[in-house]
Amino acid sequence: MNRDNDKGKVLIRRSLIMAFGKFFLLMVIIGRLYYLQVYQADRYKTLADENRISTRLLIPPRGIIYDRNGEMIARNEQNFQALIVAEQTPNVQETLDAFKKIMPLSEAEEERIKKELKRKRSFVPIKIRDNLSWEEVSKIQLHAPDLPGIVIDEGLTRYYPYGESMAHVLGYVSSVSEKDVKDDPLLEVPGFKIGKSGIEKLFEKDLRGESGNLRLEVNAYGRIMKEIEKIDGIPGKDIELTLDARLQKKAYDLFGEESGAAVVLDVHTGEILTFVSAPSFDPNLMTKGLNNEQWQALVSNERNPLSDKAISGLYSPGSTFKMVVALAALEAGIIKPDTRSFCAGKMFLGNHAFHCWKKVGHGYINVVEALQHSCDIFFYETAQKLGIEKIAAMARRFGLGSRVGIGFDNEKAGLIPDKEWKLKRFGEPWQMGESLISGIGQGYILTTPLQLVTMMARLVNGGYEVRPTFIKVSEQERSQIKKINVSRENLELLKEGMFNVVNKPGGTAYWSQFNYNGQRMGGKTGTTQVRRITMKERQTGILKEEELPWRLRNHALFVGYAPADNPKYAVVVIVEHGGGGSSVAAPMASKILKEAVMLDPTKEAVDSRQ
Amino acid sequence: MYRAYETSFRNQSLSIKEKLFNLSFSYLLFIVILAGIGITMLYSAANGSWSPWALNQLIRFGIGFVVMLVLALTDIRIFMRYAYVFYFLTLILLIVVEVTGHIGMGAQRWINFGFFKLQPSELMKIAMVLVLARYFHTSSLQSIESIRGIIAPLLMALFPAVLIILQPDLGTALMLMFTTGAIFFVVGVQLWKFGVLILGAFVSMPIAWHFLHDYQQNRILTFLNPERDPLGSGYHIIQSKIALGSGGIFGKGFLKGTQSHLNFLPEKHTDFIFTMLSEEFGMVGAVLIVILNLLILIYSYSFALKSTSYFGKLVAIGLATNYFMYVFINMAMVLGLIPVVGIPLPLISYGGTVMLSIMASFGIIMSVHINHNVQMGKD
Repeated sequence: MNRDNDKGKVLIRRSLIMAFGKFFLLMVIIGRLYYLQVYQADRYKTLADENRISTRLLIPPRGIIYDRNGEMIARNEQNFQALIVAEQTPNVQETLDAFKKIMPLSEAEEERIKKELKRKRSFVPIKIRDNLSWEEVSKIQLHAPDLPGIVIDEGLTRYYPYGESMAHVLGYVSSVSEKDVKDDPLLEVPGFKIGKSGIEKLFEKDLRGESGNLRLEVNAYGRIMKEIEKIDGIPGKDIELTLDARLQKKAYDLFGEESGAAVVLDVHTGEILTFVSAPSFDPNLMTKGLNNEQWQALVSNERNPLSDKAISGLYSPGSTFKMVVALAALEAGIIKPDTRSFCAGKMFLGNHAFHCWKKVGHGYINVVEALQHSCDIFFYETAQKLGIEKIAAMARRFGLGSRVGIGFDNEKAGLIPDKEWKLKRFGEPWQMGESLISGIGQGYILTTPLQLVTMMARLVNGGYEVRPTFIKVSEQERSQIKKINVSRENLELLKEGMFNVVNKPGGTAYWSQFNYNGQRMGGKTGTTQVRRITMKERQTGILKEEELPWRLRNHALFVGYAPADNPKYAVVVIVEHGGGGSSVAAPMASKILKEAVMLDPTKEAVDSRQ
Repeated sequence: MYRAYETSFRNQSLSIKEKLFNLSFSYLLFIVILAGIGITMLYSAANGSWSPWALNQLIRFGIGFVVMLVLALTDIRIFMRYAYVFYFLTLILLIVVEVTGHIGMGAQRWINFGFFKLQPSELMKIAMVLVLARYFHTSSLQSIESIRGIIAPLLMALFPAVLIILQPDLGTALMLMFTTGAIFFVVGVQLWKFGVLILGAFVSMPIAWHFLHDYQQNRILTFLNPERDPLGSGYHIIQSKIALGSGGIFGKGFLKGTQSHLNFLPEKHTDFIFTMLSEEFGMVGAVLIVILNLLILIYSYSFALKSTSYFGKLVAIGLATNYFMYVFINMAMVLGLIPVVGIPLPLISYGGTVMLSIMASFGIIMSVHINHNVQMGKD
């Protein structure tokens, strides 16, 4: 009994000890609750919100691009996509089969859809097809009862109504790639597109706008439960360019199958009205994304549709360079307006013969006639007397030999050679013969079409140092354009020569003249060889252009301006391997300038004056 | 107050009426409040719906309540008389589960009776308390303090524990061992024997580690470093702590817990229901649950102390300790204090077997209380 009592006492004592132990453990629980729910509450509240709230960026609509007349040349179009939400259809395969009956789906596409369906959660919409037309959308909606799980989603996509004709100016937008600088969180948004070239790239910052925010409550699986907050972004800025869409289209169409470039400037401001490089590509296709075949076709085309020839094509200026040589000689006093040289069809420098394009020669001619007939001997002799340094200096003052600077990154600087350059480049002194061929724009000299049209504009606007631009030039900016220090009379003399080229019988572009209400054009032809004509060939007879393979044919050039009496527009036309400047480039330039004059907003005033 | 039966020592059975008068209505009230909170939380877990959990739980609680009353009104001597029978029947059920589990090539913890799945390991927790109480009721302190005297109860405890580990159900096995250990402690087994046992356990731990399943090893490793695998096993603990912490003092409000309703919180209707409650009702709600459980424990202890029989005291303390194990392990687990072992919070978590076994425990504890004056011999 005694032991039994002890047994009971032990039980009670030990039970109480254990009870205290349990009490202590429950106090630990309360302490832990305090630690988590009071002491660390803020930290966990933040973590809970991070779990719960998913912020999505809203893509702002991209700025619209207008031409100088308010015509939309890049806009946003509604893009309809067909999506499939797996959990909303009893059988994905049946839905896809029903969809295929309405609209074809390639096997590759179906493969991609199935892959994505497997990878993603069943409430995530998966793209079936995008860029649906209105008819296709209404077709899908008509068949909606057979297509459970299919939803139509609309977004904005960039559209270029002028397509190929403006591809090189406007550029295009496309998906962000590894190389692009990620300076904006928008760039991380799937499907976001940025300007990849041209105006779209140059004005990317303005056109893009600022992203909005959509705050969503999501569950653990990422399903959207509700919208918490929506902050609209700021749409991209609209941009008005100096381009004239009508003139641009006309110029582009003139090229047809040919390869080359054409640029039209307002000679007083440098505003670019037309900026063509041919052949071109469809920027709308670039925006959608090319398939491999389309891409290979573009890359392997020998006429290089992806290159912007107006700024990155380098050509010998040929005879279009003769104005610079003439002006340099006149300014240096080496020739006078009435100085005459004798052209016998060829001349010698030491043992080396220099040929004029006209075998029988031009006889005694002055500078105006030399320009009109594009006599080579006259300019060989002038260049021989003048020397390369003076030619180079004048060329540079008129915008050759350095980047014009319109902001596109593929712009080339070209090359105006001089003695120092030659020594540096080849380690050899300058040869007199090299001065001679420089006098007719051949040899080392390389120019871009944009440089040539800049040169032309500066020659005919009274010597003002205009710079080509896509953005309207204000009156104030215009008044600040510097004047190049050359004599007015000399510039008038050049204009006389260029007027005669087109309007006087015997001029190299006589057959390309136009007369629109008394307004005519002036200009200068150029034909540059891409190959050397050998002595043997001269004896056996030079092959006709048409007999040569395309790649070996001459480049055809023309620089011109209109109206002749009060120049407003300058043009350059280069047709790669097109043949002769007078036969190919001049007629195109004529059509472009005539169109420019006809479209001129001040022509009504001119019409009524007459 | 009706005090007629409290002072008299009686050997004969009490009448139903007498028994009902002796029921502790406060004790009943705590149980009903906790179960009510549980059903409310299950309603919230289903985003404000009675299905699929709340209504089922209410029905189970109803059944459990009847079972509890029946057991409460049962004469305590019957528990004593059939303790061994009950224990061996439960042991056979455990073996059956183990054998069929092997045949089915997978872990199986229950026997399907169609309308209800019987989990013998749950039953074993009660059977173990009863059989040990019966054993120690009859043995002397001398025999308890001797080594020979505790070999039999040790074997009775270890055999089912090993069977449960093999299922494998580490959590339940550990709980059973803790409860058993607690009983050995209160009856007066010397502390150095526990020391030897714990030392032995530490020594054999590396060997035992190899017998643990991969997922069990993972659970322990994840507990030691939850960030080890934030999307895998550690995810549960991290999300549970976020839910608890973000609840703050007063909580986010009924049905407004973001972590639980947006499914960041796993198992919110079973093992992690305390987290959900703490998220929606804050520290205030969580502490209320702790206090209610504390009251249940205090009452259970007072019943044990009032009981005049050794068997009754030990049964009440053992079952209360078993209940405490559930509460503490579950709370400590969701609070990130111990590894995730898959122990529900009794009365609150969704689940039929635990509800039934816990209500049965309460019934037996009440029976101890009602029969506190019943004398029991050593036969």
